[in-house]
Amino acid sequence: MTKSYGEIIKDGLWKNNPALVQLLGLCPLLAVTGTVVNAIGLGLATILVLLGSNIAVSMIRNYVPESVRLPAFVMIIASFVTCAELLMQAFTYELFEILGIFIPLIVTNCAILGRADAFASKNPILPAALDGLMMGLGFALVLILLGAMRELVGQGTLFSGMDLLLGPAASDWEIVVFKDYPDFLFAVLPPGAFFAMGLIIAIKNIIDARLKAAAEKKKDLVVAGSKRVRVTGSIT
Amino acid sequence: MQWVLLCTLPGFLALVWFFGWGVFINVAFATLLAVSAEALILLMRKKPIGLYLKDYSAVVTAVLLALALPPLAPWWVTTVAVLAAIVVAKHLYGGLGQNPFNPAMVGYALVLVSFPVAMTTLWTTPVPLLGAENLDSLGFLKTLQVIFLGANDLIDGYTMATPLDVYKHEISIATAEELTQKAVFGSHIAVGWEWVNLGFLAGGLVLLWRKIISWHIPAGFFAGLAVCSLVFGWDEDRYTPLHLHLFAGATMLGAFFIATDPVSAATSKLGKIYYGAGIGVLLYIIRTWGGYPDAVAFAVLLMNFAAPFLDYYTRPRTYGHRSARRGIK
Repeated sequence: MTKSYGEIIKDGLWKNNPALVQLLGLCPLLAVTGTVVNAIGLGLATILVLLGSNIAVSMIRNYVPESVRLPAFVMIIASFVTCAELLMQAFTYELFEILGIFIPLIVTNCAILGRADAFASKNPILPAALDGLMMGLGFALVLILLGAMRELVGQGTLFSGMDLLLGPAASDWEIVVFKDYPDFLFAVLPPGAFFAMGLIIAIKNIIDARLKAAAEKKKDLVVAGSKRVRVTGSIT
Repeated sequence: MQWVLLCTLPGFLALVWFFGWGVFINVAFATLLAVSAEALILLMRKKPIGLYLKDYSAVVTAVLLALALPPLAPWWVTTVAVLAAIVVAKHLYGGLGQNPFNPAMVGYALVLVSFPVAMTTLWTTPVPLLGAENLDSLGFLKTLQVIFLGANDLIDGYTMATPLDVYKHEISIATAEELTQKAVFGSHIAVGWEWVNLGFLAGGLVLLWRKIISWHIPAGFFAGLAVCSLVFGWDEDRYTPLHLHLFAGATMLGAFFIATDPVSAATSKLGKIYYGAGIGVLLYIIRTWGGYPDAVAFAVLLMNFAAPFLDYYTRPRTYGHRSARRGIK
């Protein structure tokens, strides 16, 4: 049951990535990743909630009876989401306006309840915190990748509107990749997110298959200088 | 497949005649692009390239797609549409025979949703309406320039709204009689469009005669469209009349060439009738109450979704079995 920290990190970021492998939390993932800044905003909020809820759930894991654990977890998650929402409202109001309903909807993100139930409720605080952080990070990285793809294809820019999140200092971060780009609305609209998501999953599967094939090859390779044992015939 | 190509010829010629060289350039460019994309994907999928290219399916897809695009559509619109059709709608789903959606219409719908301005404002004025001073000015070279270099300042005088578009948006402020005085409707139905549709109708009839397509889908299509039009849209002063529905848009191209795609359509005979009727009804609904002036692509794609369902419920009686009365008997 106990996993090493390395395994937890690898699980969250790659092997059991909530967005690419578990396919959890797809609703916000597909809905708000129109630009990089939206993706980062939602990604940060999700990391915060996931980290907080994992720690809290792990702390109370020995005191909550099995039968009421889900309501208890949901209450905890909802409190953290409220915190995240109020924080965003206070510090990045424009971004909060853009993300709108998807901030409160983090409550229903199955990735969070899933981690609380599957990992945090069975592990001590430190591994649970690391798991929350890594799962959140894995989710956020996919969000950002998706946001970058869709912003690039949809508007021909990258990092536009970063000042919404990071203040006026970031207002000139916008990179115009293609000049006079005719907006490719399909990538901005939700169907584009499905396509981009499918592409990312496909690429991940290809990489996994390659890695696996390489590992198999390595295993089969006969080490130079090794000898086969002769089992029949007479040994002279 | 070659017969399908051959049968698009009358409609294609009418399009070139009335809407200029743009149609020809689009078709040629789309075909080239589609064949190259197909070859490239086949290479990546390690399939025999020559064998699969010889089925002409990529060419048919490209031609049907290009015939639907506006004649002055810029090259990147055509490129995106063709790549979406061949790479995404066809090969990502497993190649010819595996695609649940009509590839040409996926490409068309994608660019229609993505580039609404380029897709709706670049229909050329039919040649008879161009006026003497403009008659020769939108020649082959200039059209090439407009499509590939985006010389948009050249084309202001050469584009106009399509008749379906005009009728839909202006019927609320004018009577049918006033509206049909407009030049775009001409003396018969709609300048140019009537001949284009007649061309595709003729091509479609040849396909029927050669038994390449069956009558079920077009019949259902026209029945659905006509019934809707007669029931809801009998008042010419409020809704687009039936003759415009039939002869002013992409109706004939859709009914005979696009809806009849054997891969993405329903397969049982009864299913085909329902499938065609569904397209006709949806076409009418979207054209009348939807946001787009023409809707063949959306109607076909929506019914593509329904095709497996229709096939499931219209399975023919197998020999030696009684027809089921309720459920499986």
